[in-house]
Amino acid sequence: MTNSRNFYGASSLVLAHLWSAFALFVPGIALGVWQMWVRSPWGHFATAATYYSSVTAHGSFFGYIFPTLVAMGFGYACCAAGLARPIRGMAWAWTGFWMVVTGSVLVLVPVLFGQAGVLYTFYPPLTANAWYYGGLVTVIIGSWIWVAVLVVNMVGWKRENPGKPVPLAMFASVASALVWLWTSLGVLSEVVFYLLPVALGWRTQVDAGLGRVLFSWTLHGIVYFWLLPAYIAYYTLAPQAAGSRLYSDIMGRLAFLLFVVFAMPIGIHHLFADPQVGSGTKFLHTVFTIMVVVPTLITVFSITATMEISGRLHGGKGVFGWVAALPWKEPTVLATGLSFIMLGIGGAGGIINMSYGMNASIHNTQFVTAHFHMIYPGAVVIMYFVIIYELWPKLTGRPLWSLRLVRTQLWLWFIGIMLLTIPWHVAGLLGQPRRMAFYDYSDPVLARIAPWVTPSVIGGFIALLSATLLLVNMALSHLPARDENIGPLQFALSVNPPSRIPAALNGFGYWNVLMLVVLGVNYGIPIAQLLLLKNAHTSPGYQVGSHPEADGAIPAVNREQRDAQP
Amino acid sequence: MNNPPSPSPHAPDDPPRSATPGEAADKELGIPEAVIVREENRWVLVVVGVFLTILATIVFSAVHIGAEPPSNVETINPVSANQPGSEFVESNLGSGMQADGTVVVRVLAQQYAFVPSVITVPVDTPVVFRATSADVVHGLLIMGTNVNTMIVPGYVATLRTRFAKTGDFLMPCHEFCGPSHHDMWARVRVVPKAEFPFDPSGERRF
Repeated sequence: MTNSRNFYGASSLVLAHLWSAFALFVPGIALGVWQMWVRSPWGHFATAATYYSSVTAHGSFFGYIFPTLVAMGFGYACCAAGLARPIRGMAWAWTGFWMVVTGSVLVLVPVLFGQAGVLYTFYPPLTANAWYYGGLVTVIIGSWIWVAVLVVNMVGWKRENPGKPVPLAMFASVASALVWLWTSLGVLSEVVFYLLPVALGWRTQVDAGLGRVLFSWTLHGIVYFWLLPAYIAYYTLAPQAAGSRLYSDIMGRLAFLLFVVFAMPIGIHHLFADPQVGSGTKFLHTVFTIMVVVPTLITVFSITATMEISGRLHGGKGVFGWVAALPWKEPTVLATGLSFIMLGIGGAGGIINMSYGMNASIHNTQFVTAHFHMIYPGAVVIMYFVIIYELWPKLTGRPLWSLRLVRTQLWLWFIGIMLLTIPWHVAGLLGQPRRMAFYDYSDPVLARIAPWVTPSVIGGFIALLSATLLLVNMALSHLPARDENIGPLQFALSVNPPSRIPAALNGFGYWNVLMLVVLGVNYGIPIAQLLLLKNAHTSPGYQVGSHPEADGAIPAVNREQRDAQP
Repeated sequence: MNNPPSPSPHAPDDPPRSATPGEAADKELGIPEAVIVREENRWVLVVVGVFLTILATIVFSAVHIGAEPPSNVETINPVSANQPGSEFVESNLGSGMQADGTVVVRVLAQQYAFVPSVITVPVDTPVVFRATSADVVHGLLIMGTNVNTMIVPGYVATLRTRFAKTGDFLMPCHEFCGPSHHDMWARVRVVPKAEFPFDPSGERRF
């Protein structure tokens, strides 16, 4: 089945992760498209509870399960091929894989039975079935094994290769693993201290304000965890595909290190409209959120310069002539270009979201949904496709079935996501609230929004078609005859590969400390304030799906209280 | 890092990749490290400029036009928020003009309605919204305005605004609050000042 030589015995491990990640890709997107359809002017044929279960399944799969499996699989590929030796701790790696798969099943089954319609962002005091939270804890612990395996392999390699720079692909993968380790602590503490005990009936009260702060800890770091495999692909796969060299290895390292420091302790920009967080904390997080433009702009510069080298080698002249001269028939080059377009538009929208004051004009509108669908399914997932298409021949030892089909799939994805998200942004600016199963388009205000909703649905269907084509490409590419000439995965070399490197840019020690200091200030202050708040009150939990007489969300005690009122 | 070069893995319907990626780059574009560092240093100035521009815009809008989020950390017991003795008891909800000419609007959010569900405010008058929840997390957004806040049980959300034109506005709950979340819509009616009743005692609510 696999080509074990190319990944030093890790091909099956990588394939298992990537196939598991993409096994539910098409159904997951189908749920999203179905949601778009249900809430559009065209269709309303579902119960709202089904709609919110669908949102929960779509969000839990694409928020936690899918990117974790992609990051793990690609991380192991970078570990084996980057360090050019077998992975140490293969048994642990497989244990982590099975924990993530088992946890994923535990997450999704309660959702399918309508017992966990809390969306993937939870909203305490709403409470889901305990298995849902238990599954999520299992996924996170499983992924921590991956973090440990990568760290152990990097430390071991450095010990045996003193003074040598850790190959960028491996270095960046460890950065992504560390971002996830620190990031996942927020959601894990919310689940372990609040949600799971309430779901199990061990405690009845939950502090909704503190729960939201703990979740925000995870909420932005997780976005960068989704993003980082795409960045690793920009730096290590795209230059190679363009027949170029990476402009600067050091700047790449610096970008990933800055993500370790700044990706996570900035999440309160998701809580600008919350009453339990003070304006000082909100402003502090605004300033630190702007800091993430630094690694982003470093990456934009380095990758653009890398591509310019390629364009000029291909005969491009003039200030922009090199763009047209790039080898666009190469799927990886094509996808990188399309990804940059979506990253640019999505990034501009993101600046509005994180702006301390401007946020109020779009908070919880469709603008936000449009923004992160432009960034994540758009700019990021198209690079996940690159990872698949670059790794597949190396993993299977067989060439891709058809490059034409690959290019068609990438173009369809780009068109679908653009058509999905651009009108969606406009609907948000017109004030359409997000997370709703149904809109009454007969109202004159909502009637103005309807013409923007309709093209979005069409975009969703085009993306679904592209996703199906991806799976066809993945499956068909297991069929061609083995080609013995397919060598190991090579990552891009830089124009001037560094022979020696400052210790600070070859490890994470200092940067973890720096991150913990920023974290201590940015989250220590608001958490301490909430814990010490005088006259603070908690709320009783509201179990979703267990009270059919009340459509599922009102505990008996409060129903009686409410009925007793005049 | 130093793997041997390999031939293209791709199917034959496409031009093959450069057999040794980077080799051509070395030959035709040997870029000295000093040039790369110089260009990167110039880019650093651009990055710093972008950072400062964004920050300056945010600070200016916060200070100059008061574009600030609702951030008073004020607590309330959610279980008794709608009970007698609470600021948010039903008879005290809605809008009323204070002696200083400010209109205070008190809103209670609970699954799956705002109380009151129709809010009347005068145009071109300082308005203070005070909202809290009797059960789970809600939010409110007045479509077509920047009035936008989360409503978290245990806390009172306060925000100040001024409506520039008369008319009817929609006010949906914008945060998922349970399976009937989509039913939770209220209306805000902005009326001419003369049509808004003024009670000097500040007791009457509309």
